[in-house]
Amino acid sequence: MTERQSLFDYTLALGDDALVLGHRLSEWSGQAPSLEEDIALSNLGLDLIGQARLFYAYAVELEGKGRTEDDLAYFRDAAGFRNLLIVELEVGDFAQTMARQLLYAAFLHPYYERLIQSKNARLAEIAAKAVKEMAYHVRHSAEWMIRLGDGTSESKRRSEDALDYLWGFTGEMFEMSAGENELMAAGIVPDRAAIMPKWTATLDHVWREATLSQPKARAMQSGGRMGRHSELLDHMLAEMQVLARQHPGATW
Amino acid sequence: MTETATPLWEVFIRSRSGLPHKHCGSVHAADATLALQAARDVYTRRGESVSLWVVPSAEIVASDPDDKGELFEPTGTKIYRHPTFYIVPDDVGHM
Repeated sequence: MTERQSLFDYTLALGDDALVLGHRLSEWSGQAPSLEEDIALSNLGLDLIGQARLFYAYAVELEGKGRTEDDLAYFRDAAGFRNLLIVELEVGDFAQTMARQLLYAAFLHPYYERLIQSKNARLAEIAAKAVKEMAYHVRHSAEWMIRLGDGTSESKRRSEDALDYLWGFTGEMFEMSAGENELMAAGIVPDRAAIMPKWTATLDHVWREATLSQPKARAMQSGGRMGRHSELLDHMLAEMQVLARQHPGATW
Repeated sequence: MTETATPLWEVFIRSRSGLPHKHCGSVHAADATLALQAARDVYTRRGESVSLWVVPSAEIVASDPDDKGELFEPTGTKIYRHPTFYIVPDDVGHM
């Protein structure tokens, strides 16, 4: 595989992670438990959609076939998406939304910190912008997990259920594709495994404060990077893409 | 969420260094940390702020609207207190 192809695959995968999670967060719009949190969740979603656009804009440049960001977002089916499974899962209740945000942001923040050192200037630039956004995602979701875990018996139960459900999807965050390994050898992308200590430390701190127990180890789900998705992504894309597909090229 | 679980907090933002914090609105939140987060999320989305304060609304001591006659009306006739009799040099900037 050429380096350019690997770089395209990598950029597309990071863009897909950001877009899918960004869209999931947007599903709370108008429905969150309070006005404040409604706006907060939209903000988090928009951070991620902004990151997706930066990755997609670079991906279509690398590809050089005249596709646009919108082509990538709206005119690919689920099998063409390369996102991690954890980001496509349903939003669930508020505890599940915050638990997923914490598990993912606690990974992505230190990951972007390392991507800033990339020998690829474009990726380093995107990471430098996104790292500040992800620092806030960690803070926001961690503060909520602490209050939900250490809150009422119901909020604790919902938090534990959410973590139990989500934990099996965290392993995929640390998997490296063959192309990614080549890029790592060239100093372009970080080693995902090297993020584990920081991720674990962040989560351990939250579990302690939240009086939540460490989620139990289990078999890890995987396949998103190869386009093997759950039907949840089909449903999400149907809603996300319907307008663009019914009215191609529409502007407002 | 009930009013007692998430009391009201007043939000003050400073739009840039050197200017004072100004009241801009309020948020509901369970505690100070979440109030600060909510204030950030609701009131600083367009780059409005370089600093934020949140204060429990219950801690604000307010004047009684019925007292406005004695508190505020007497100043209406004392125009000599306005600084309009001075010329402020352009390069003074904010006063």
